[in-house]
This record gives sequence, structure tokens and C-alpha cells, in this order.
Amino acid sequence: MKMNLATLTVASTLAFNVPLAQSSDVEVLHWWTSGGEAASVKYLKTKLNNSGVSWTDFAVAGGGGENAMTVLKSRAISGNPPTAAQIKGPSIQEWGDLGFLANIDSVAKANNWDSMLPAVVSDVMKHKGSYVAAPVNVHRVNWLWANPEVFRKSGATIPTTWSDFIVQAKKIQDAGYIALAHGGQPWQDATVFEAVVLGVGGADYYKKAFVDLDMSTLKSDTTKAVFKTFGELRQFVDANSPGRDWNVATSMVINGKAGMQIMGDWAKGEFKVANKNVGTDFVCVSAPGTSGSFTFNIDSFAFFKQKNTEDTKAQNVMAKEILSTDFQKVFNLNKGSIPAKLGMARTEFDSCAHDSMDAFVASSQTGGLVPSFAHGMAVSEAVSGAINDTVTNYFNSSLSPSEGMNQLVSAIAAAK
Amino acid sequence: MLARIENYLPKIVLAPTTVVMVVCMYGFIAWTAVLSFTKSRMLPQWDFVGWDQYERLFNNPRWLVAIDNLGIFTLLFIAISLVLGLVLAIFLDRNIRAEGAIRTIYLYPMAVSFIVTGTAWKWILNPGLGIEKLVHDFGFTDFEFRWLVESDMAIYTIVIAAVWQSSGFVMAMFLAGLRGVDDNIVKAAEIDGASPARIYWHIILPIMRPVFFSSIIVLTHIAIKSFDLVQALTGGGPGYSSDLPANFMYTFAFNRAQMGLGAASAMIMLFSVLAIIVPFLYSELREKK
Repeated sequence: MKMNLATLTVASTLAFNVPLAQSSDVEVLHWWTSGGEAASVKYLKTKLNNSGVSWTDFAVAGGGGENAMTVLKSRAISGNPPTAAQIKGPSIQEWGDLGFLANIDSVAKANNWDSMLPAVVSDVMKHKGSYVAAPVNVHRVNWLWANPEVFRKSGATIPTTWSDFIVQAKKIQDAGYIALAHGGQPWQDATVFEAVVLGVGGADYYKKAFVDLDMSTLKSDTTKAVFKTFGELRQFVDANSPGRDWNVATSMVINGKAGMQIMGDWAKGEFKVANKNVGTDFVCVSAPGTSGSFTFNIDSFAFFKQKNTEDTKAQNVMAKEILSTDFQKVFNLNKGSIPAKLGMARTEFDSCAHDSMDAFVASSQTGGLVPSFAHGMAVSEAVSGAINDTVTNYFNSSLSPSEGMNQLVSAIAAAK
Repeated sequence: MLARIENYLPKIVLAPTTVVMVVCMYGFIAWTAVLSFTKSRMLPQWDFVGWDQYERLFNNPRWLVAIDNLGIFTLLFIAISLVLGLVLAIFLDRNIRAEGAIRTIYLYPMAVSFIVTGTAWKWILNPGLGIEKLVHDFGFTDFEFRWLVESDMAIYTIVIAAVWQSSGFVMAMFLAGLRGVDDNIVKAAEIDGASPARIYWHIILPIMRPVFFSSIIVLTHIAIKSFDLVQALTGGGPGYSSDLPANFMYTFAFNRAQMGLGAASAMIMLFSVLAIIVPFLYSELREKK
């Protein structure tokens, strides 16, 4: 195994050691290859062509981007990185620490990025105080998707707290439906866990425990309460859940087999594709107990240092274009997320997106705007991996809340 | 002149292969070994930290689960494949009708990749789609077979799929071996009044020893490098309960930016293979002399 992988790395290093891009050309590494995402990227390409910059697509398929990252590493080591790559969250800092990223402060200053972006977002885009990346969208992760038909038939109401959730879910279950549509994959377990953390513990606890990784906050009664609630959700998930993809779980809500799903706003795309209308066929509300908060997951392009000035110019054009009103609108209409840029016209977005935008602005002032740890926005890959491991292991076992907490604390301590 | 070229020709022809072997196998083994003593995260770094990564590895509950699973999987997979393969081969060797067709059917799973095997068994074993639903539809609604979604049983589903895939291959090896047994020995035993069971147990199986030897070597390495089957069948789940070390290594080295830890787990895998295979090879090969 190990030898094969090593050989692969060398092979890919050689294979991708192609000549540098020609003048006024950007080469962009991304993994948006499916439907709406591909259309969004294509729009950026057209925009750049109009500004006289040609686009070389460097798409590496594979949902979570693991393949793309492997290719990117070998390109970067061999001294031939692309102009920009889809990198997000704390990974931007890791690449910045290794000295690969380009400073695009000049573009940011000229276009007032500091006033356009909430501080929480611009902090993620900066390395040591300078912009090195540009955000394309903001996903809200703490959503609850519900089928109103199922709720009516079971006499349940949309829950607004986690204790209420358990009451309502029981009603739905008693009426013969699956209460919580869930796919038993580690990242989905973590997505639900994250919503419980925020709903039970609140935003301050969330930040202290899962962003700052404060050990005494992690080892507290609040954490135990979080694990207790999270553990109670086991009973509402059907037995077939392990390994199920998130969109299959969404379709259970769409078809009226299940009542609810906790999932980020990309789930909206599934409802749209099935020709369902928001409000009548499905409902989007913030996950229980998190109405004033917003768990964000931001996709962004990080820019790599280029060898000649022509490439740097093209890179700056691209950076400027990404935060243009036009691109932010089209991209996010396609992808189901909301623009990273504040104060944009919103008529074309639907009511879920409006809720999301309002919560985004409001929470950025109250401190309820928190990075999603389940989606690699809050902590390093090592720590978020350790959290995922513990959470998924807890959800798929009958461990007690205090055992869950102790495992979490020791896993985070080991990975830090 | 010609004679000298002829003398060097084999060496010249073999040289590129040898270089590739030395660099790509032993070179990278050495490189991985060095990496496992550094604190490399996303990219290789050369800050040496001694045995730290190994210490972290053995404090990681997921690694311990993966190691346990490897033990369960390897033992059961090899034992069941051997027994099943041998039994099938013995039956086929009794001059039955349509032997060729049956042999092909049993050997066929071997032609399918582990990804396909894994996906097919994922559907067969899924309680809502496969066997359990089938039996329920027949009217036996109490029937329960849901190993795939039970944390403590999921590893056994991997054994089932792997055995299905590989026992035909073991059968073919044993069949070839059985065909090579000298008929005269068997006839002599029959004349002496030995029962068929006795003939197999005391005469034929001892002759099969080299076949056992090759089968075990092949099956062991399939077991230890198993990666795609787990990925396709359970994805390591539920939770991480059916992870094998190869999956652990890949996740940590490539998805989680913990290259040092990944390298350490790779070294442990290498040495566990060596610890099993080397003494076995040594004892088997020495006896042959």
C-alpha cells in the first residue's frame, strides 16, 4: 500500500510538471464538477474571458477534494503551483505558513474588502494580516429541513429547542414515520452533533470548546449535556442509516418517509430538483435552539505565488472578479448558499436564503456567527478528524455521555 | 566480443527493473521510515521527534480498532477461504459432471474487483434492501440479519465478501495440486483398504503442503492490503468500527494532514507483515532443501 502511494506521488509530480501558464492566464484547481457547481465555475470563466484573462480549468473530481489536495501538494512541492486553488478554513493558514500563498492586499484595498466582508470571514481569508484568499460563498450549516405534511399527520410542531425536538420526534415516530432522516457517515454525524453543541451549549460555549479548544470548557457538565441530547437522537434514526449519503436522507424527507433532517443549505438543491416549494412542500428553519446563531462554512479560492508579473496581474483580476456583485449573485443562486459579500440586492434569492442572510448579518453582530468544525472551518484537519472520530463512534455505540466526553477530551488533546 | 555482450545482456536488460525496484520499493520504504520519526503534517518536514508518532498512534482508539479488525479479518478470512477452497476442490476432483462449468462459476468472483464485490454485498446485506427484506417479504417478519449496520458485527461482513471473492481462487490452486497427485499412491492406499477420508487426511493433504503454503502467502497479503473492499462495503462504518489499518493510514496521511502518524502506521503494517511472513517463509523454504 505504502509503496504504491509513494510511487503514485512521484508519478503525479512528473505528470503535472507541465510548462508554466502563458501570459494573462489563470489556472484554477477546484473540485466543483457536478451540476450547479460546474455551472457556477463556468460563469467565473466567462467573466474573466471578458476581462481578457484566459482560464485553464484544472478540475480534479472527488467530492471532498482529497484527490485535488494530493495533486496540489505535488504541484506545489515541484515549484509549479496553479494560480488559485479551492482551499478553505484553517488549511489556508497551513499553506500560508509553508510560504506558498500570494499577498493580494492591493486588490483588497482597492475594492474595500474590509468593509464588504464581516470580520469573521475576512479573518479566515487572511494570513498574518494580509489577504491571501477570496471567499465565494457562505453556507449555513445549522438548518433543520422538515416535511410539513408528515408533521400535520403526526400532530407534531416544528421544534425550537432540543428538548422539544425529542418530544416532537417521538410523536412523528409514533405516527409511523422516521423522525430524523440521517446518513450514518462520520461527517453527517458531526454535522448533527455540531447543531446539538450550538443548540444546547450556546455560541459562547461553542467557541470556547470547539474553536479555542479550551480543555476546562470541554470537560464540563455542558459537554455532558450535549452528549446526552446527542445520544437520545440515536433512537430517532432508522436502522438502515449507516453509510447512507446525505442526499438520500434528504429524499426521505422529500418523499414523506421521514419528518426532519439536520443538514447545511446545500440540501435545498435537492428539494429544488424535486420541484418542491419552500413553505408548502418543505420548511427550512434553524436547527433547534440555534435561531440567533449561524454556523458558517465558506468556500474560497487561495492564491499561490506566481513567478512572473503577467500571471500576478491575471491573478489580481480573478481576485477582484470573485468578489464582484455579479459573480457572487450567480454563483450562489446556483449553489444554494448566500453571498459572502454584505449588502447585496436579494430579490432573486428565496426565503430560506433571506433567512440565512438576515441571520448572517445579525449573528455577526451578536457573536453568534461561528465556524463549522464539522466542515473544517474551525480547527485543523487533525483536530476536526479527531472530533469526527469520537462523535461517530459515540453515535454508533451505547456509550454514556460521560464516556463520550472523556473520549472527546483525550482525542482532542492528542491531536492538538 | 559477441560472447561478452551475451554475457552482459541479461544484466543490462534487468538493470532498469532493478533500479525501479530499489528506488520505488526499498527507497520509499526507507523514506517512509524516516518520515515516521518526524513531525510532518501536511507536507514532509524534517523535525525529528523520535518515537512520538508511534506513541500517539498507539494512544489512538481508532488505530487500536483497526488493528483488532485486522486480526479478526486475517484469521477468519484465511481459515474460511482455505477450508472452503479445499472442500470445493475435493468435490470437484471426484470426477463430477459439468466440472468445467462449475469450476468457472466458482472462480468467477475472482475476476470482479473488490470495489464491485463490496458494492454488491453492501446491497445484499443492507437490511432495507437485501437478505433481511427478502425474508421479510416471504412472511418471516421476525428474521433479523443486520450485521452491516451493527458496530460490533460489521467487520464480519467484510470477511463474508472477501471469502466469496477469494475462495474460488484457493479452490483452483488446490484443484491443480490434487490433479498433480500421483494416482499410483492413491491406488496403493485403496488396495491396502484405506477409506477415502483416511487417504485425504494422511496422504493427499500432506502432499498439498506447498499449495497451503502459497495460498496462505497470497491470502495474507490480500488481507493486509485490504482497502478498497472496506471502502466500498462499509466505508469503515458504522462509525469507524470496520476500519482496517490501510484505511487508517490513508485517512491520516492524506485527508487529515498527519503524514508522520500515517507513516508510523505504515511502518507498523510493514513490520507486522514481515513478522508473520518471514518466519513462515524461512521454515517452509528451509525444509524443502
